[in-house]
Order: sequence, then C-alpha cells, then structure tokens
Amino acid sequence: MSANGWLQILLLFAILLLLTRPLGHYLARVFERESTILDPVFSPVERLLYRLCGIDAQAEMTWIEYGLALLAFSLVSMLLLYLLQRLQLWLPLNPEHLPAVPGLLALNTAASFTTNTNWQAYTPETTMSYLTQMAGLAYHNFASAAVGLAVAAAVIRGIARREQQTLGNFWVDLTRVTFRVLLPGAFVLALILVSQGVVQNLRPYDTAHLVQPTAAQSTQRIAQGPVASQEAIKELGTNGGGFFNANSAHPFENPTPLTNFLEILAILLLPAALTATLGRITGSPRHGWAVFAAMSVFFFAGILVAYWAESAPNPLWHSVSQHASVSQSGGNMEGKEVRFGIANSSLFAVATTDTSCGAVNSMHDSFTPLGGLVVLTNMLLGEVVFGGVGSGIYGMIIFVVLAVFIAGLMVGRTPEYLGKKIEAYDVKMAMLYTLIFPLIVLTSAAISLLLPHLGLSSLNNSGPHGLTEILYAYTSAAANNGSAFAGLNANTDWYNLTLAFAMLAGRFLMIVPVLALAGNLASKRYTPPSQGTFPVTTPLFAVLLVSVILIVVALTFFPALSLGPVLEHLLLHAGHSF
Amino acid sequence: MGKQLAIALRFTLLTTLLLGLGYPLLVTVLAQTFWKQQANGELLLQHGTLVGSRWIGQPFHGAAYFHSRPSAAGSGYDATSSGGSNWSPSSARLADRVQASVAAEQAETSTAPVPVDLVTASGSGLDPDITPAAADFQAARVARARHATLSQVQQLIDRNTDQRQFGLLGEPRVHVLALNLDLDRQFPLPQPRP
Repeated sequence: MSANGWLQILLLFAILLLLTRPLGHYLARVFERESTILDPVFSPVERLLYRLCGIDAQAEMTWIEYGLALLAFSLVSMLLLYLLQRLQLWLPLNPEHLPAVPGLLALNTAASFTTNTNWQAYTPETTMSYLTQMAGLAYHNFASAAVGLAVAAAVIRGIARREQQTLGNFWVDLTRVTFRVLLPGAFVLALILVSQGVVQNLRPYDTAHLVQPTAAQSTQRIAQGPVASQEAIKELGTNGGGFFNANSAHPFENPTPLTNFLEILAILLLPAALTATLGRITGSPRHGWAVFAAMSVFFFAGILVAYWAESAPNPLWHSVSQHASVSQSGGNMEGKEVRFGIANSSLFAVATTDTSCGAVNSMHDSFTPLGGLVVLTNMLLGEVVFGGVGSGIYGMIIFVVLAVFIAGLMVGRTPEYLGKKIEAYDVKMAMLYTLIFPLIVLTSAAISLLLPHLGLSSLNNSGPHGLTEILYAYTSAAANNGSAFAGLNANTDWYNLTLAFAMLAGRFLMIVPVLALAGNLASKRYTPPSQGTFPVTTPLFAVLLVSVILIVVALTFFPALSLGPVLEHLLLHAGHSF
Repeated sequence: MGKQLAIALRFTLLTTLLLGLGYPLLVTVLAQTFWKQQANGELLLQHGTLVGSRWIGQPFHGAAYFHSRPSAAGSGYDATSSGGSNWSPSSARLADRVQASVAAEQAETSTAPVPVDLVTASGSGLDPDITPAAADFQAARVARARHATLSQVQQLIDRNTDQRQFGLLGEPRVHVLALNLDLDRQFPLPQPRP
C-alpha cells in the first residue's frame, strides 16, 4: 500500500461525498415531477412519447399495477433483445458478419441485460454485432437502470406517503429518469471518455502488421466499435457489461488513469446520491446521511482489506521482485494492468461489487484469496454498499426495516420507521427479500458442485478456488452484479440456463416483496415520533444497521466462504498449490 | 396486463430508436468530428503501413526489443480475444508459467529478481505498458544488442514513460510499442527485419 494509492482513494471518496447532496436533490426533483433545467429539451420528447405509447401520465398505480407494468416492460424488452441477437446476421451494422447468437446463449444474455446483471458468457468481439451492442445491450443498460431507479422512486414514495393506495406511475418514472438523468449523464461522460482515447466508430476491425513478426503470427486484428457510448452508460447505470471481453481492463474501454477514475466515480455516483434523495423526499435528510455513513463503513473496510491483500507478494513464486518501489507497484499483478497498478485495481473491484455494476478493470479470478473474499462478500451483503442504481437503496431500506424491527424488539415497543409503524406484514416482506437471495445462491451452487459433468467440468481452477468460482458465479448472477471469476466456462447449456434463472429470480422475485412493502407503508397512517421511537438519524442507528447487515450475511454465508477463499488463503500461505 | 404489454411494446421500440440508435450515432458523429484520432484507436502508421494502435500491446522477443508482459489474450496479444489467464494465485499452473517466464528472462537478461509485471499476464492480455522497473531491468540487454550506450537507451525509455496523470492518478508506465519503434528508428538492427 502506498500514500499515493490512498490519496487517490480518498480523492475519489471526497468527490463522491461532495456530489451526493446536489445530485440526490436533483433526483428528488425528477422523482417528484418538479421542474428541472432540462425541461426545455426533454419535456416535448416525453409528451410525444406518452402520446405515441398511450401512456396516461396523470394516472396513479397501486403497487400491484406498478409491478405488472414493470414486468410487462421487462418481458417485452427481453424478448426483443433475444430476437435481435438471433437475427443479427441479417441486420445492418455487422461489418464482421458475425453469425446469429446461439439460442441458450442469447437467452442467457437477454436475461442478463434485462436484469441489470450484464453477466457475459460470450466473447463480445467475436459474438455481438455493432447493432446488437448498441440497440440491444447498450439500450438495456439504460432500460434496466431506469427500472431500478423507478422502483427506488416508488419505494421512497411509499415511505413518504400517508394513507394512500398508490406509488406513482411506472411509465412516467421510467421516462423521466431516462431522459433527465441517465441520457444526459451518459452523453457527457461518453464525450469525455472519447477525448481520452476510448474508441467510438463503426469501422470493420483493423489489421496491423506486427513490428516484430514471427512465423506463427505476423499480423494483429484489432477489434473496434461504438465503445464510448456504451462504456458511459455501462458505469453510470451500474450495468457492467463490457464492449470487449476484458471489460474495463481493455485499453479501448479504459485507456488512462483519468478514464479509470471517472468510470469508478460514475459507478458510485447515482447509488450514493440516492441516499440524499431518500432523505429529501422523506423529509429526514439526516436519515439519508446515516444510511450513507453505514455504506461508507463497508466501503472503506472493503478497500482496506482488498488493497492490503493485493499488495502482498505471492509466496509460491521465486526470483520475482514483488515489492512496491518507486518504479513499480509490485504485489499481485496477474490479471492487472500496469497503468492501474494495485491501488486502482483494488478500488475498481471494490466499487464494482459494492454496487451491482460488475464491470472489471482487473481479473477477479486472479485476485489473492482475501482480495477475492472481499469482492465476493460485497455482493453477498446484497449490494447495499451504495449498491446498484435503485436496487442499492431499496435493498438498504429492507435492512433498515429489519434494523428498526430489531431495535423495537430490544426496547419492547412497536417499531417505527419515519412515522410508519412496522408491523408483521412489513417484516415478512423484508424477510422474504432477505431469504430469497441466499436460497438462490446456495441451492444453485450446491447443485452445480454435485454435478461433475455439468457443474465441475467448467472449472478453470481446482482446490478451494474451484468452489469459489462456482459460488461467485451464482452470487454474481443472483445479486445482478455480472462480474465473474471468469475462468469458469459459463457458456454451457447448464450454466446458461441456471444462471439465467438465478438472474431473473434475483431481480424480479426480489422486486415484488419490495413493492409490496412500499405499497403497505404508503397506506399507513402517520405516527408522530414519541419517546420510545428509535431514531434513524443517529450514529447509533448507523452502527446498528451495519451490525444487522453483518449478522444476517455472516450467519448465511460464513460456512461457504470458509470452504472457499478462507481455506485457500490458509493453504496458500502454508505453501500448497493446486 | 394486455394494455400494459401494448404500452411496453411501443415504449421499447420508440426508446430503442432514441437510446439504442440516436444516442450512439450522435456520439459517433461528434467523436469522429472532434476527436478523430482517439475515436479510431490512435492507430500507428510506419511508412504507410498500419503497425498497431497506441493502446494495444504487441508481443516482442529476443535481445534487441523490450519485451511486453505475458499475454493470455488468444494465443498472445490477440486483439479480438481480450482477457486474462484467470488462474488463481494458488494455481500450480500459474506458478509454473511464472517460473518459466522468470527462467527465460533471467537467461536472456540478468540474474536479478524479475519485476513482477514482466512475468504476469495482464487483465486485458493487451497491456501496452510495462513498469519503469521492468524497462530498467531490460535496458542493458537492449543497449548491448543495439550497440547503443545504456544512457542512450535510458533516454528513449524516459521519452516513452508516462508519469502519473496530473501527478496523482494511476501508476508510472513505459509504453513498449512506442519505445521499440523509437529504437528501430534510432538504432536500427543490422539486418532488415524479415
């Protein structure tokens, strides 16, 4: 670890902290249909869109109607993405004449991008046409992020509203966050990225003549494409699907330290801002900051352990200079880029797994066991450390409800959250949300581990690291992260199908209880705080929140983690290899 | 539900036109207008021939060129198949590969410990850079092979070294392809390259 590394990490956090309040308040204006500075540009577009689609912008929806509209949109857009992949050979903007994507892979990819996961069982350079990337995959980067923001808007409204049966209008939420937030943000970021060297073209792949050719290899084919426009929304929408196989490690996606810094910032920006949106709309800004503080604790714990672990030399290697000096960052450089070194690789990995992004600028599969443990645990926490765009804040609100409930049990009073009594139905919905996730992850991973020809045959590493590869895959899918221990060959019928199921269940089965909880909270009467109310604005609350998350996750996943990364760490440092 | 499905279909098609085509095409037009070099991958030409991209590494071997890092992209620096080895630090195959690279580098260059980036594969498999430590490690060997002095080679290394951006971001790095192209210009090899 170096002073310069920590300086970069602290600078990133400082900028994030500064932007949280203004951006959060802007998001609140977008959610609450107040005027914004982009009205002159986008209001006419939105009105036209409402008219052409037959959307009644004034209509309000109950939580069930809201959920059905969300499912209808996800289903239709997922089917269209499937078709686009299957038909790409006969469609324009395919200069490499890439064939139709095979059926199960197309299904997996459609599920993946619709659920904001962006798990990629394919090598994009040789699988996806420019049209599929732009109108299919990058489109869903907007759409799935907008769906997450819409659910967040509905849930925050549910907390703020009193004695109402409705949560807002799904189509209006979807439209407003797309045009007022995601599109302008992505547009500006894309142009900055291009100016730094992220490519943006529609040309066929180039063929370069190597400076030092050999008999085996005299040329280098260089994949091109409309990368910057996709890269921008990929980070801003916490999607994470790479234009290239190497994702943000690829120099054309992430050429300079500045692009790297901006990409990490873009990943964290909206999820962090949503804490201020929560505070603003519920009229309790300090509650927003308490949630932000709890998230920051996990953020710094993660980066501290990951940065430290990745800086350590590999005990199995000899005659290798692995220590940091002025002329190298040293440490575990397998799977990492020189321009990012250890600090920026660790920081990116922590940010991408704290959120539901899943973009990578280094290969997590080659992380040290403890570095891998951090990124895996970040996802197992439910991606609530800032979290996915929208999904982070609604996931965190579930934990807040549990924390308030537990506090209520301890003092023997009916728990309250921002003026709403938390009752049996609410806790049931929160527990449903909390239990569905480990059910998907642990069951699917366990089944894969028991199937040598379907599950184990895809492994790239043996020993405890093999277990971690499978556990990571289902965790990433169910948590809608999309990063991978990429050695696992996931492009098999078994993994394409089961991971598609994990992604869909991890998204939609979890959105339903969240909306049900929000609908129920909206219908409740306001209960003014009394002396017995546990305040949700204090440092004590933040500590309780952190503890509840840790306890829930540790109790659920500790056995699996101890057999994977923990065991690997102990064996590696006892000199074992696999 | 039927009404919602109908809205969904129209909404998806119309927004695909705006977000899936309009937005990337507008960015493409602006990029090609204002940042043409960058938007096309900063391709490098030598005597009219395309020899690579500023951002994409290439394999080098022998004493007279600075070596790039090992690559797991395809059969090595395949820019249509980017990626890492994805081997874990506890992997015996990775340890064997690292030790083989160490042995090769030490046989060709020096018996000093080899800087770690020179024997590990990058995440992209296309890393255009090596650390200043890895360049220093190879400098004497290249100088001998090129009949140049160490300080002349050191000057070329310095010219192709990027410091931290704004003095703060990222890590110092030496651009291997540009460095080797400079070497070929200033200290050409006795025989023309095959």
